[in-house]
Amino acid sequence: MTSATSERGSRLSWEGLRKAADTLTTPLLPDDYLTLLNPLWSSRELRGRVEKVIPETEDAATLVIRPGWGWHYDHRPGQYVGIGVQVGGKFQWRSYSVSSAPRRSGRTLAITVRAMPEGKLSEHLVKGLAPGTIVRLATPQGDFALPDPPPARMLFLVGGSGITPVMSMLRTLDRRGTMGDIVLHYSSTTPERMIFRDEIAALRDKHPGLTFHARHTDSEGIFELAAGDSGLDAVCPDWRERETWACGPGPMLDAVEAHWEVAGIADSLHLERFSLDLGGDGGEGGSLSFQNSGKTIEVDGATTVLEAGESAGVGMPYGCRMGICHTCTVTKISGTVRDLRNGAEFDQPNEQVQTCVTVPVGPCVLNL
Amino acid sequence: MAIADVKEYCHLTPEEVEQIGAELDAIRAEIEESRGDKDAAYINRVITTQRWMAAAARIGMIVSSPMDKKVRGPVLAASTISLGLAKILENMEIGHNVMHGQWDWMNDPEIHSSTWEWDTGQPAEQWKHSHNYIHHQFTNVLGYDNDIGYGVLRMAREQKWHPVNLGQPLYNALLAGLFQWGVALHDLDLEAIRKGKKDPKEMKRQLKQIAKKGRNQILKDYVLYPALSGKQWKSTLKANATANFMRNVWSYLIIFCGHFPDGALHFTEDELEDETRAEWYLRQVLGTANFEGSRLLHVMSGSLGYQIEHHLFPDLPSNRYPEIAVKVRALCDKYDIPYTTGPLHQQYGQVLRVIHKLSLPNKMTSDDKPPTGVDITVEHGRRKAEERQQRRLELGGWSRSAS
Repeated sequence: MTSATSERGSRLSWEGLRKAADTLTTPLLPDDYLTLLNPLWSSRELRGRVEKVIPETEDAATLVIRPGWGWHYDHRPGQYVGIGVQVGGKFQWRSYSVSSAPRRSGRTLAITVRAMPEGKLSEHLVKGLAPGTIVRLATPQGDFALPDPPPARMLFLVGGSGITPVMSMLRTLDRRGTMGDIVLHYSSTTPERMIFRDEIAALRDKHPGLTFHARHTDSEGIFELAAGDSGLDAVCPDWRERETWACGPGPMLDAVEAHWEVAGIADSLHLERFSLDLGGDGGEGGSLSFQNSGKTIEVDGATTVLEAGESAGVGMPYGCRMGICHTCTVTKISGTVRDLRNGAEFDQPNEQVQTCVTVPVGPCVLNL
Repeated sequence: MAIADVKEYCHLTPEEVEQIGAELDAIRAEIEESRGDKDAAYINRVITTQRWMAAAARIGMIVSSPMDKKVRGPVLAASTISLGLAKILENMEIGHNVMHGQWDWMNDPEIHSSTWEWDTGQPAEQWKHSHNYIHHQFTNVLGYDNDIGYGVLRMAREQKWHPVNLGQPLYNALLAGLFQWGVALHDLDLEAIRKGKKDPKEMKRQLKQIAKKGRNQILKDYVLYPALSGKQWKSTLKANATANFMRNVWSYLIIFCGHFPDGALHFTEDELEDETRAEWYLRQVLGTANFEGSRLLHVMSGSLGYQIEHHLFPDLPSNRYPEIAVKVRALCDKYDIPYTTGPLHQQYGQVLRVIHKLSLPNKMTSDDKPPTGVDITVEHGRRKAEERQQRRLELGGWSRSAS
């Protein structure tokens, strides 16, 4: 049984009580019965209920989620959470930045999602998710976060839906009254697609220290960092002295990274890449890493994960070796594997895979 | 007698066997492709129903304890039945099928073969080894599949007779009543222990696991819930014992109808040699028996009335077996492969006949199975790990770390 709750001082007695109740519900947990009354009354897996879906633009929406037991509302502004949604019976996982400010007394958290072209899940989240839906959550993660106390002078460079972690930071600064000298440069294709544009404008009016540059790239073109009259030096002449956070599409971040490296101040730059690097050629084979034993081997596209693990000397569980008995099933932390029987690909993080009938496609990490 | 080669027995050419394999693969692919919301809703509904039944039963026993006898009696009776049915549902349609990985595709960590622990004496890890692997891989192969008599009963004429077998009717009754504990000891391989062939270290580890699981089960049903019923502790204890007994007898009956009716055939180890996937499929059909009944009967028997379909596709969702059965039956008709089925009472009647006949030496009774091929005699029990295909002892961190 897995009960992945980290215990906190104030909840110790409650946890203790639930533990005693375990003996009555064994082999299940009390939570397995409490969820009959309220789906959120479980800390066995982090859960949440979608309370509201607020449309932000035509293709983006904010999901307001009420987390269940075990959620601590202590994410750092800028961090992301994993959200698992059942689509077609199957839980699909994605990570999104939390756009709400952390609040210990809070009851909800918000994530803002833009429907990506060919992004089936993001489209489902924006358009298909009914309030009341129960979702799975993963604890907040990521280093793209606002330090406490925040630096006095900051620069935010944002492209598109990269605004979401920055919004969490701005809301936090606003709520705590620590909004210092801040420059926000925010690019979006059109004014209509600019998420949170009204809220940011309101923050600018409220805080004289906040400078807001909006750029609409369809009409004004892409922001060229190095351009003399309209580049970074024009928008924010003292950028070299500021702590900078940049979040947006891959090419934009590459340009920012190069620009800061040339200036020799890469230390003061924080990046968040919200679009996944597909990595590799999507072809055959890849490297297989075993997290617990620390081993890594290169595997070709004809060697199953099980055979590869065995040849690396990892104690792989196995049974029938033909995909029947599921004895060999292990958790794949990241990466993609392909089922040799039908070509199906499994690309979700923390997914259970049958090692005897799958081969790695690109780099994979296993919880073994 | 036993079959040494399934192709020969069925009068099929190698090409025909491969064709059958391909058609069965196509059935699997079709079901895998169409798994979705409806299937997920099905298993969630069964689990919710089962948990409500169990919770209502436990609460019913406790709250009725201070009541007047006239009220208490019916509440207690209803609670007992509800608990018994809940245990049956949990063990059969939920636990057995979840541990087969039938619902792993949902990627739901709470309904997954690697994390499920069921409401019975046997630890899930040992069940997955003795059942998912040994029994489903080596189905009905003499000397390999320990489910042929569970190391207690003589269930094949090829198994050597011993005067001890005269007591079979009694052992059978004991096994039915105490089935959960029989199953709990199953992966230990009693036969191997008796012959001193069991690895003592592995035995100790398994026994420790069983003791821990068994202790929790006994503590719950026979100490804690009776204690919560105060003065009426005795009636709650009896009710829980009755519910466990109900589950034991029912699961025993259903499981025995899977491989011991007359139509379910045995195989010699020659069959295993170079066996292809298609031949493996064929062995599953020949070695297994279905029974007929209503939808409710099938759900309450963990869909094991579709034992043939379950053996062909042990990890496809159980709610899809009825539609799979139509296709498998048509396939068997097409190639003239025997497909064993019948009403539950008829199937169990044949099981009882086998148990009683085989308590006597072969020459005193007649064989009811259709004539097959090889006449051999084997020792009871299953091959040791080193005599079988190589297999490591470790079964994975996910089950070890939890115990």
